[in-house]
This record gives sequence, C-alpha cells and structure tokens, in this order.
Amino acid sequence: MATLSTDLPKTTDKSWGRTRVLTALLAVAFALILAKAVGILPEWLNRIPEAAIPPTAQVLDAIFNFIQNDLGLIYVTRFIAEGPLEFLLDTSANLLEGKRRWPNLGPIPWSAIAAVAGVVGYAVGGWKLAALGAGTFIWTAAIGQWKIAMQTMSVIVVAAPLAFLLGLALGTAAWKYGWFERMLKPILSILQTLPFFTYLLPAVIFFKVGPTAGAVATITFAIPPMILMTTLGLKKVSPEVIEAGQMSGCTRWQMLRHVYIPAARTEILVGVNQVIMLCLAMVVLTAFIGMPGLGAKLLAMMGSFKLGRSFEIGVTIVLLAVTLDRMSKAWVVKQPVHFERGTPWWKRHQISLVALGLFVGFILLSQLFPILAEVGRKQHLSQGKEIDVVIKSFLAIEAIKGTTEWLRWFLNVKVLIPFRNTLLAIPTPAFILLVVAFAYWVGGRRPGIYAAVFFTMVAFSGWWDRSVITLYTVISAVALATLIGIPLGVIAARSERWSKSILLACDTAQTFPSFIYLIPAIMLFGVNDVAVVFSILIFAAVPLIRYTIIGLSSVPPEMTEAADMSGSTRRQKLMSVQFPLALPTMAVGFNQAIMFAFFMVIIAAFIGTQDLGQELQRTLAGTELGKNFVLGLNVSLMALTFDMAISSWAEQRKKRLGLD
Amino acid sequence: MSATAPVISAKNIWKLFGASPEAYLKSMPAGRSFDEIRADGYIAGVKDVSIEVDRGEMLVIMGLSGSGKSTLVRCFSRLHDITGGTIEVDGQNIMSLSERDLIELRRNKMGMVFQSFGLLPHRTVLDNVAFPLEMRGQDRHDRRERALEVIKLVGLEGREEYFPRELSGGQQQRVGIARSLAIEPDIWFLDEPFSALDPLIRREMQDEFLRLQEMLGKTIVFITHDFDEALRLADRIAIMRNGAVEQCDTPDQIVMNPATEYVAKFTEDIDKARVVHAKGLAKPVNGHALEGAPINGGSTIHELARVLVNDNRILLPVANDKGVVTGVLERDAALNVLLGAE
Repeated sequence: MATLSTDLPKTTDKSWGRTRVLTALLAVAFALILAKAVGILPEWLNRIPEAAIPPTAQVLDAIFNFIQNDLGLIYVTRFIAEGPLEFLLDTSANLLEGKRRWPNLGPIPWSAIAAVAGVVGYAVGGWKLAALGAGTFIWTAAIGQWKIAMQTMSVIVVAAPLAFLLGLALGTAAWKYGWFERMLKPILSILQTLPFFTYLLPAVIFFKVGPTAGAVATITFAIPPMILMTTLGLKKVSPEVIEAGQMSGCTRWQMLRHVYIPAARTEILVGVNQVIMLCLAMVVLTAFIGMPGLGAKLLAMMGSFKLGRSFEIGVTIVLLAVTLDRMSKAWVVKQPVHFERGTPWWKRHQISLVALGLFVGFILLSQLFPILAEVGRKQHLSQGKEIDVVIKSFLAIEAIKGTTEWLRWFLNVKVLIPFRNTLLAIPTPAFILLVVAFAYWVGGRRPGIYAAVFFTMVAFSGWWDRSVITLYTVISAVALATLIGIPLGVIAARSERWSKSILLACDTAQTFPSFIYLIPAIMLFGVNDVAVVFSILIFAAVPLIRYTIIGLSSVPPEMTEAADMSGSTRRQKLMSVQFPLALPTMAVGFNQAIMFAFFMVIIAAFIGTQDLGQELQRTLAGTELGKNFVLGLNVSLMALTFDMAISSWAEQRKKRLGLD
Repeated sequence: MSATAPVISAKNIWKLFGASPEAYLKSMPAGRSFDEIRADGYIAGVKDVSIEVDRGEMLVIMGLSGSGKSTLVRCFSRLHDITGGTIEVDGQNIMSLSERDLIELRRNKMGMVFQSFGLLPHRTVLDNVAFPLEMRGQDRHDRRERALEVIKLVGLEGREEYFPRELSGGQQQRVGIARSLAIEPDIWFLDEPFSALDPLIRREMQDEFLRLQEMLGKTIVFITHDFDEALRLADRIAIMRNGAVEQCDTPDQIVMNPATEYVAKFTEDIDKARVVHAKGLAKPVNGHALEGAPINGGSTIHELARVLVNDNRILLPVANDKGVVTGVLERDAALNVLLGAE
C-alpha cells in the first residue's frame, strides 16, 4: 500500500533524495546480514554486548526508591489508598457485594439493581436498552456470578467517576494552558501504548495489594482518552457561543461552568463512554495482581481449562460491556426535550420516580422471596460442565480436530517458527536500520528519526531478543489479520445492509475487554503460540474490517458514479477509485490493529509466550519496578514507532487527496 | 458628559493579527497599505478607523466578508483587544478597564446578537434569555419575570420551555435578540443577525427589528454584508473594505455621492428614488421665494413621485415632521433621481 507514496507527481527531486536515503539504509542493513551469514560479522555488531548495556533498571529502581522512601511519596499514596480511596471502595463493595464495611447496608438485592438498570436503559434509549440493561443483570444473577460481577462493578463505580473527574480537570488545564498540553501530549501517547502490566506493578507498590491498587491502575489507565476528549471538546466550542458568554458578562469561572463545559457536552460524554469501557477492560485484567472479580474467576477457570465456565464468564463480561457501552452511547446522543409549561412535578420526574419505586419495591419483595435478593449456590442455572462437554466433544469431532491440528502444525512449523528464527538471526543494527527504512519510507523523515532513536533505546535496554519475539508475534498476527480483515471488509462494503450489520458487530466487538479474546483461542488451539497469534489476530482484525468498510463507504458517490460512467468493471473501480481514496482511512485501521496487537500480545503472556509480556508478568510477583518499567517502555517505544510512521502517512495522504 | 456626546468614540484604532502586532504597529511606516502589511506577515483586521456613534443612532457597518466589519464591532465590545488607538464608551477608555470592570460594563450596558445565534444548546429558551441576568447574579424570580417579558417582546410566547434545536432559524434568532435585550443594554451590537436566515424570514425579521427599535430607541451598531439591508435600516452607513472605512455617511449621501469607486459599485444598481429622502436632496432655503404647500422631508423621492410629476413649481419647500420648512427641493433634480437620469 505504501508504494503509492513514492509515485506521487511533483516530488521528483525530493523522492530522488528519498530513494537515495532508503537505498543507503537498506544497503547497510543487507551488508550486515550478509556479513553475518558468511560468518565475518564481529559479535559486538550482531548483538550489543552485555557490558555495553546500561543498568537502566537498577538506575530506575534507585530513583523509584528515592521517590518512594526518601521523598516519602509512599506515605502520601498509602494515605490516599488507606484513606479516601479505600473508604469509597469499601462503601461500594458493601452496597454491591455485601462486604462488611460501613454503611453495612448491602448487598442490594440483585432484582432491585436489575430493575433500575432497566429503567435507566429505558430513559436513555427506549425498550431495547431497557431489556438489555435488565437482561444483563438478570443473566448475571441467574448464572450464579452475581457476587464476582459485583466485585468487579464495585471497583468500576468508584474508578470511572474518579477517572472522569481527573480527566476532565487535566483536560481543561491542557486546553487552558498551552505549555501544559505540550507537556502532557508525549506522556499521554506513552501512557496509551504502555502495556497494562506496567500500570499494575507501580499501583501495587504504591497503593498496596487489593482493590485499591486495582482501582488506581484502572483510573490511570482510563484517564488519557478523557483528557483528550475534554481538550478536543473545549477547543471545538463555537466562537459565537464563547462570545455570547463573554457579552453576557461571564466571569472566567462562569464561562467554564456555564458555557464551555455544557457546550462540549457531546465530546465529554464520548470521553465518559471511553472511560467506562477502559475501566471495565482494566478491571478485568487486574486479576493479574490478585483482584477478585470476574477477571480473577476467568483467569482461574481458563487456567484449569474449564472451558464451559470460562465461556459463561465471558458472556457475562461481554454483556456488561455491551450494556455499559450502549447506555453511555445512548446518553451521548440523547438531547434534552422540553416539557410543556405547567407540567406537574411528578410528571417531569416520572422516570426517576419509577426507578425509585421499583428499587424500593424489589428490596421489599426480596424480603419476602429471598431468591430475589440472592441466587443461592444450588439455585443458579450455570451449565458449565455441560457446555464443557459440548465444547470438548465438538473439538473432538474428527474434521474439526483435523483442521485445527493441521492449522496448528502448518502455522507453527511452516510460518511462525521460521519467521521468528529469521527475525532473531538479523543482527541488531541491521534490524534497526530495516525498521528505520520502513518508517522513513512510510512516514518520512521525522518518523524515521524517531524509529532510529526508539529502537536504539530498545536495543540498549538489554531485552532485545524478547522485544524481537514480541514484534514477531505482532507482525505475524497483523499480517494474518490483514489477509482476512481487508477482503472481509471489501465484501461487506458492497452492500449497505451488510456493511451496517458488520460495522455494528465490529463496534460491539471493540467494546469487549481484550481478555475475552483469549477464550476462543484457547478453546480452539489449546495453550501454544498459535493460540497467541490467533487471539491477537481476531482482536486486531476488528479495526481492520471496520476501517476498511468506513473507508470504502465514505468514498464520495460522485467519484464511484464517475467510475461507473467511465465503464469500469467492479474490480477496476475498486482498484483505481475506491482503494486509493479509502487508503488513508484504512491506514488508520491498520495502525489501530498494530496498537491492539501490541496490547494483546502482552496479555497473551497468560497463555505462555517468550516475549516481553512474559517477563512483565513475572515482575508482577516481585518488586522489580525498574525492570517492569524498562520492559513496558520497550513495548511502548516499538508501538509508538509504528504509530508515528503510519499516522504520519495517513495524514499526509489525506491532505494531498484533499479529504478531511 | 453632555447628552450630545457620542456613546462610542473610536479614534485611529488598529487591529492587527500576527506574531507581535504591537511592536510591528509601532515600527510600521505611516500610510502602509493592506497588501503591504500582509506582505510583512500581518493581517490588518481594522486599519486606522475613526468613527463615532451617537446616542439613539443606528450605525450600520457594511462590507463584504473579510472586510473587517465583524472585527471592528468586536473591538467596540472589547471581545478583541485593539492594537492601537483609543475607544471610549460613554467617555470611558475601554482598553484601560480591568477584567472586573469590563464584565460589569457588559453586564449592564451592552447586548450582542450573533450571526449563528450563539445560543447555549443545553438551555431552554427561557434559560438562554435569562442567562445574562443569571450571570450578574439576579435572583431566580426576577430574572424569570424579565426573561418572560422580553420573550413576549420578540413574539416567542409559549416557546419558553423549548430547546434551541427545537426551533427554526428565525425563532432561534429571536431568542438571540431577546437574550441581548434582557439586561436592557444601552448599546446594542448586532453581527449580521439576519444573514443566516432565508430571504422571506429575513425581511420579516427586519420589519420586526425596526418595530423594536422604534419602541426601544437603543444605540445600535448593526453589521451586514447586504447593502439593501443597510439602506433599509441605517441612520448612517459605514462601508468597510480591507479593514478601513471607505465612507461613513447617511444612506442618502452614500447613494447620491459615493466617495470612492468601491462604494459607487454598490450604489450602481440601487433604485435611488427609493433610498433618497426629500430632506436629503434639499438645499438650504437661502432666501429663495417659496410658495405653496411644503412636502414632507421624511418621504423618499419615490413616495413623492406623483407630486413631483404633477406639480409645476420649480422649487418645492421641504418641511420636517413638525411642519417647519427646512429647505428647498429643486423639482428637476428630484425628477432626475426619480427617472434614474443623473
């Protein structure tokens, strides 16, 4: 796809210079590879010698130690952890799951919560959402997962509002003060590419094990998009609305409170939606630091290969995700509607009153019928064992078994292992040069320079081989995802009905916490490299399909009509009209696929990988904060390199095509 | 401060956009043109404008897009800080006001209407109109009373609880007008208030606006790019181009004696008889012997067409609305205007 960027008119001078740079980069890289192949490459050029690697981890450890103990930050953080934060978490835990803490009221009967969820669903989006809201909670209770689901929810209901408030405050500050935004931007892009394991360990060290650490990691993880959306929204407020506020004599505070923030409502609510979804994704993952809840249960069930129960928990998580997502999105688009003057008070607050009535009603009812308060151990409808049997016998069918086993063998022996070995055989400097050449070719000079800096840092981190393995997994999975995703997208884009329903499916799939994607992978392929690649593949294929459809369907109709009237066949139209115009958008999807893959590859450490993720997961058991950071940053630096190159290409291309 | 002192008095004001406009303005040689300034990397939004607005007067600032008219009106209300010159509002230099004082000035003296309405989408009509009152801390009951009053004034009774997006464009602008009037401002700025509306509604809103002005008698600065609208509404018109005022005069004078070629281009296709008033065309009496009934100075030549054609006096006395003769109209000159032969 990037060939397009080289054959542009009017850049002959430049592109000649470019070609020269590219040739030089590639020539040196291949010379190094060749030298190694014939055995004349000195070892220090193959891999950076141990002695030359700076003790980054130790230095970081020393710094953290200094901050933590000498500056006494740990007292501050521990105070927050044991004080206000723990108080909030205890309160929500008491109300939702009945932990013995103040206010000692809980647990609220499941039926009351389901009823309120139904009314809220109705209020924001009508009967469909009402059914979804109530249905999700009824399912959760009926399947016997109420308590663990509420353990998860009790962290979300604390973390999401806090992340929202912090994000709103920081986003407002970034909008107000240019220097703050400039400072924040690079930090945010690193935060967004840091693997989640890197969030977990510092949280544990500074905020002690348990829900508080989980909540802190979740909040940190969920803040960046809130900041970005807030800044975006505030910047987009129409100048006339601002001037209207000024002419009304607003003070600065009044401007912010009554003009800017309400006018940026839509973007801020989109931020809220993202905060909620990221909180859910992260809370599930905090299982890795021993947080109880849906994630922990899923981890345990998958660990002991109880596929039926894993599947049921997966369904619960997906339902929760879909409910939270749909409801918050419905809230985004919901516009205020007026009441006629003189509407009585009870009618204006009808919905709140119904919700309150049902809530109280079900609490009372559950006193009479205990099953409405809690579904007992023997009463739930879980079919874990039966599903287990079904799945296992399905997988044992000769044809299925043959296919998966052949696929496993083929991918492993013919594709993945040779590819991995090839990558590992490339000398470090040559590898860096190849990546730089790619970044330069795709994105231009700046991404090229960044690629050089970032990958050199990775090389000097002392984790080169593991980084290469991480990269290998990402590249293989994304390549496979592209092979599958783009044709699927192209086919779907042919008919409006199909593209609509597939887009909806993709949107829904994107709301699932990434952890979920491990379930089918393990089911089909067991615990090995192929399952890792497969889980990343389906995770990464989603944005690819999505943006292919969006890109193709946003090609202006007059252009496709012009192609039709020029007598082009469907194929010609696709290749010479639709693809070129859709490519910048598709590149965004490709970029997202790579970012998703970097994210997923770390989670896949659970299956058993030999990459950075595995090492990261190991650090969680200890206190090696420095090592944890170095590993995390390696992932982040590699991801950022690709992110910069591809987004820079997409932007340049869009500008040149006059899109946007 | 005497009653005749101008409400807004701007002297040699400049508004430059660019990297460091103040330093540039100081070092800039006098008489530099718009294009030369642009070549230096600055945009002259307002270029050496001196203008006064009298109490109760309606000044219309007319210009095409990019001519600096919106920038100029934003300098008057200090939505923009000017780069050079002075602006006095009621004798007070607004550039020397503290933030607090500026807020007070806007809360009590100024109202503004915007081209795309600038309504707050999350507030009902009532809350939008009451917004400036709320900002200055008026209590809920008072501001509700006042807001209902202005809503009635602009003819939106019964729509108080609607949200802006539930209203048509014309209705939304009525809300904008009501909001700007809520605080009973002395000075009323209107930035192309009717440009976003379709022609029929625009006409209706202009009539409505004239009715309001008749009733309220505010000092008004009205911005438009529509020359017809300017002629229809204005006491005086300032025509702007490239940040500078080309001509500032009464509609009669602009139509009869355009100062520059640029202004003349606007007046070319205008039916002058419908614009020029008898008093605008009249000469001083200067001892001319006058006979017969006077004509009304406030009528346009077009309205006087029948009289002009049928009367056979060479000179017609012109009277003001109290019946006092103030000038004399040459019938021939008036007929020339009427027939479009100059």
